[in-house]
Amino acid sequence: MILSKTNRISLHKVSKFFRLVLPAESQNICRHVHFKYYPDTTSKIKGETKEMNMFQAINNALHLYMEKDETSIMFGEDVEFGGVFRCSMGLKDRFGSRIFNTPLCEQGIAGFGIGAAANDVTAIAEIQFADYIFPAFDQLVNEAAKYRYRSGDQFNCGKLTVRAPCGAVGHGGLYHSQSPEAFFAHAPGLRVVIPRGPIQAKGLLLSSIEVEDPTIFFEPKILYRTASEQVPVEYYKLPLEKAEIVREGTDITLIAWGTQVHVLLEVADMAKEKLGVSCEVIDLRSILPWDIETICKSVVKTGRAVVSHEAPLTQGFGAEIAATIQEECFLNLEAPVARVTGWDTPFPYIHEKHYLPDKYRCFFAVEDTIKY
Amino acid sequence: MYIMCFRSYLNKCTSQILMGRKINIRKFSSSEPDTALKFLDSSHNEKIPTYQITASSKLLVDSSLLIKMYQAMLSVNLMDKLLYECQRQGRISFYMTNFGEEAVQIGSAAALSDKDLVFAQYRESGVLLWRGFTFTDFINQCFGNDKDINKGRQMPVHYGSKELNFFTISSPLTTQLPQAVGAAHKLKIANTNTCVACYFGEGAASEGDAHAAFNFAATLSYPVVFICRNNAYAISTPSCQQYAGNGIAARGPAFGIKTIRVDGNDILSMYQATKFARKYATENCKPVLIEAMTYRVGHHSTSDDSTIYRDDAEIEKYQQLDPIRSLKSYLKQHKLWDESQNELFIKATNKKIMEAIKVAENDSLPSQDDIFNNVYSTIPFHISKQQVGLQKYFKRRNQLVDGK
Repeated sequence: MILSKTNRISLHKVSKFFRLVLPAESQNICRHVHFKYYPDTTSKIKGETKEMNMFQAINNALHLYMEKDETSIMFGEDVEFGGVFRCSMGLKDRFGSRIFNTPLCEQGIAGFGIGAAANDVTAIAEIQFADYIFPAFDQLVNEAAKYRYRSGDQFNCGKLTVRAPCGAVGHGGLYHSQSPEAFFAHAPGLRVVIPRGPIQAKGLLLSSIEVEDPTIFFEPKILYRTASEQVPVEYYKLPLEKAEIVREGTDITLIAWGTQVHVLLEVADMAKEKLGVSCEVIDLRSILPWDIETICKSVVKTGRAVVSHEAPLTQGFGAEIAATIQEECFLNLEAPVARVTGWDTPFPYIHEKHYLPDKYRCFFAVEDTIKY
Repeated sequence: MYIMCFRSYLNKCTSQILMGRKINIRKFSSSEPDTALKFLDSSHNEKIPTYQITASSKLLVDSSLLIKMYQAMLSVNLMDKLLYECQRQGRISFYMTNFGEEAVQIGSAAALSDKDLVFAQYRESGVLLWRGFTFTDFINQCFGNDKDINKGRQMPVHYGSKELNFFTISSPLTTQLPQAVGAAHKLKIANTNTCVACYFGEGAASEGDAHAAFNFAATLSYPVVFICRNNAYAISTPSCQQYAGNGIAARGPAFGIKTIRVDGNDILSMYQATKFARKYATENCKPVLIEAMTYRVGHHSTSDDSTIYRDDAEIEKYQQLDPIRSLKSYLKQHKLWDESQNELFIKATNKKIMEAIKVAENDSLPSQDDIFNNVYSTIPFHISKQQVGLQKYFKRRNQLVDGK
């Protein structure tokens, strides 16, 4: 998108100016990080590990996959030089013409990927920001999602994976911060997956690429560099359609995905300390199809639930989860299911920290739900 | 914003790439400077001629191929007439005829290899027929019965055949164009001497996906033959409300695409142009654009009455240019076909179509259980739950209605 490019150029200039004039502290305010990262220590994958942040883990997954599948391709805007977030670093040198820049056109990228996948090529497309996936909405919802169904399984584009950086980043404003997963969660035929850190990103991305359904893989971009942990170096996959209980608890179930899982982990610590409440924290991981069983089992046990996501409240995926919990766990519920989300506004620039469902807002929801 | 953190690193990478690799950056300065203030307008756009060869009476293609092409055009026409009637009688829900555009379809299809992949819009039944899709296949799809290859899931006329390398049609216009470019990737890599043929109307060419596809095919260099059926109307919208430039052909060179405008009612022109386009595309791994000028003689669809927005006189005028009639007189002129042969062929073909309709109509419909299959490669938990829900509903409804 032209606007994002323009933005980048101007930010580039602005940053240079700021560095000269403003004290370092001001820049830190500008790079506000709203959460504390909880490394994934429960990984059961055996073998050698290496410290990687999330962009490196994604890069590692792409290297491993492209090495394994000699016909696979990766393409998008600016992927050849390593990508604007460095996720495709080194791929061009290693895999040559299988990695390529496309013209700046998201509907073209998605359509091209669908066609390649429909003709039996593993196609890994990159949309530079999830905010710019909407021009490809028609291709993804009307075409990719329905390809197998409408042809009576004669054709499919299961070999398509669309990667897109999503979520808040501190200062992304309206068009570098969005979390559009709920738009796609309403499209039968698509898979939507969001990891919470490097180990998850690598395993879930490899599963997303391998699964025989078109998959949108949203990468919370604030984690690219802030999240770092010991990632297994071998090829491994993590299951789709499967939520993960990140922390076990007995009093209340907290559900989130992406960066927000870390916010809820901190909330769980706060709840333990200040209220003596034991929180079960669940990372949903797959938005569509989603793991109803794990969520509902947990709520049957705890009797209370809080769902949290960065995207706006109305019609956010939290609504689907809350409705399902209400339907499946009605007799077990001790309090209404709370939703703590972004406000029903566009994602604001200067008020980002007042927009996000931060740990305090989530904590208050836990407190209210427990005291209901 | 990320540039704030990696600026110097990126700069280093970028300069390495620009210096280390041969990247051909096309510069605007490759054109000559001019001190006169001149803006380009459509008059600078050279008049694009329409390629037309029937006028020369020389027999350009093999006579048996010509007869086969004629029979295919006539077959499409006969099937259209009968299925159109079926819709009018309420036996199928919807239909779209190919009247007037049979030559675009058969002429181009005959020039393609059966291994070439086809992406179509919806008014290209002739291409499928040429490849071997039978009347039964067409009719089963329109009736959505249990023999329909699409399992009764799409509206009539949304044909597709994996076996015949014809990707299943979908209603959203132009979405197939960038997909056609993507599908060409494997052909290019495997170096199979095949191409992708991609059909669309002049209305569809106004969609953003057309721009995407032309640009992707040209910049990434893929063997795609774009075939535009410029039939003067997109439903009620005449082409003068669709574009102000010189048709679709004028756009090709702007994208760096080799382009030709062809008389779409002249099957020999379509055949020769497509044959050359195919050869060029496969040998050079580059796209080609063919704009086939024709006229949509029939209504847009069975849900449309075109007399509301165009004159009968106009339709009649173009009926005179009927491609089937033209080829028939050409064949007669070369003594390859006569009226009695024609009568017999029509009679026999109509019989085949009627029989296929009769059988298709009496076939059972696909099971309701099939609603839930093929949404994904496997049935996920939430969908299988809904499948069970429908089964329970039937059981309960039967109890309510039948008292069982």
